[in-house]
Amino acid sequence: MVSGPSDIATAAPDPLALKILVAGGFGVGKTTLVGSVSEIRSLQTEERLTEAGRPVDDTTGVAAKRTTTVAMDFGRITISDALVLYLFGTPGQERFWFLWDELAQGAIGAVVLADTRRLADSFAAIDFFESRGLPFAVGVNCFEGADRYPPEAVRAALDLDPDIPVVLCDARVRSSAREALVAVVEHALRRSAAARSAMT
Amino acid sequence: MTQGWFDEDAGPVVRPYAMTRGRTRVAGGERLDLIALVTALIGGGQELPPDATLPGGQGLAPEHGEILYRCRRVSESVAELATGLDLPVGVVRVLISDLLEAGLVRVSHPIPAAQLPDENILREVIDGLRAL
Ligand SMILES: Nc1nc2c(ncn2[C@@H]2O[C@H](COP(=O)(O)OP(=O)(O)OP(=O)(O)O)[C@@H](O)[C@H]2O)c(=O)[nH]1
Ligand SMILES: [Mg+2]
Repeated sequence: MVSGPSDIATAAPDPLALKILVAGGFGVGKTTLVGSVSEIRSLQTEERLTEAGRPVDDTTGVAAKRTTTVAMDFGRITISDALVLYLFGTPGQERFWFLWDELAQGAIGAVVLADTRRLADSFAAIDFFESRGLPFAVGVNCFEGADRYPPEAVRAALDLDPDIPVVLCDARVRSSAREALVAVVEHALRRSAAARSAMT
Repeated sequence: MTQGWFDEDAGPVVRPYAMTRGRTRVAGGERLDLIALVTALIGGGQELPPDATLPGGQGLAPEHGEILYRCRRVSESVAELATGLDLPVGVVRVLISDLLEAGLVRVSHPIPAAQLPDENILREVIDGLRAL
């Protein structure tokens, strides 16, 4: 038997990898959401920080003591043999934006989780995605004891553009978490279609 | 709650770097994307080539073998390999680039950042999510 590259079990074309980010303030349900729709793991990245919290291009190696370990939530959803969707969730404070910059590169979009008791915690993430033009949807997590607001009230409070989807969700419930992800992808799709028709 | 994921102490990251002999940069200089997919170029179920060596002439570390084992049937991303091996991403990037140089894996890069995925692909993602 002739043995060649076609004997390799993985001769099928490589699947395409896509990603969606899950952002929001402390304790807003990022880990819960990623865990509801995928097998969740914690990913360790180590970042070198300067005083200002920016990474330095440092060629001197690990000896640098300013290494910080940042853990983020990470999940895989196998859509088909040809398509894999990865989810990344990490805290939204501004000092980790260098990390978000890398994560946002090439992402389909983001879910920004918001808690109506402290909406301001989601401002930073919203600003970040708006400024980078990355499609995002806001998922309003319905915590017990929090007043329920209609999505339009949340939209007004967050000063969102009319095309940004705002969905009420419970990150603990798989179908609800899934709908928040679907809202982002649908939004990205509408954007892409609009951009295409604007070109013709 | 603020401390769980944040660790000022570099201690735990030092040992894994011993495995890469202190190297923190990847040979070609290009940083592998977190979702770049790695596929082993060895037959399914086949053992590791026993005499495989890295370009520097050293043998493979067990962690190289584990990467090859994990992505021999299904491609795994850089991020997945890091969680699977329980190693920091920086270390795994170096190990993967060793394997790449030795011709033992291929790496497929995600869609370039500037380019949104095709609309048909987005529809497939929506259908796939709904079917979860
Ligand atoms: N009622 C309700 N509780 C939720 C929801 N989402 C998360 N929780 C709870 O809120 C708490 C915090 O959720 P996490 O998923 O850990 O939040 P997080 O954003 O990952 O938190 P940090 O990583 O610490 O920033 C947990 O006890 C969850 O069970 C929700 O949609 N509704
Ligand atoms: Mg969390």
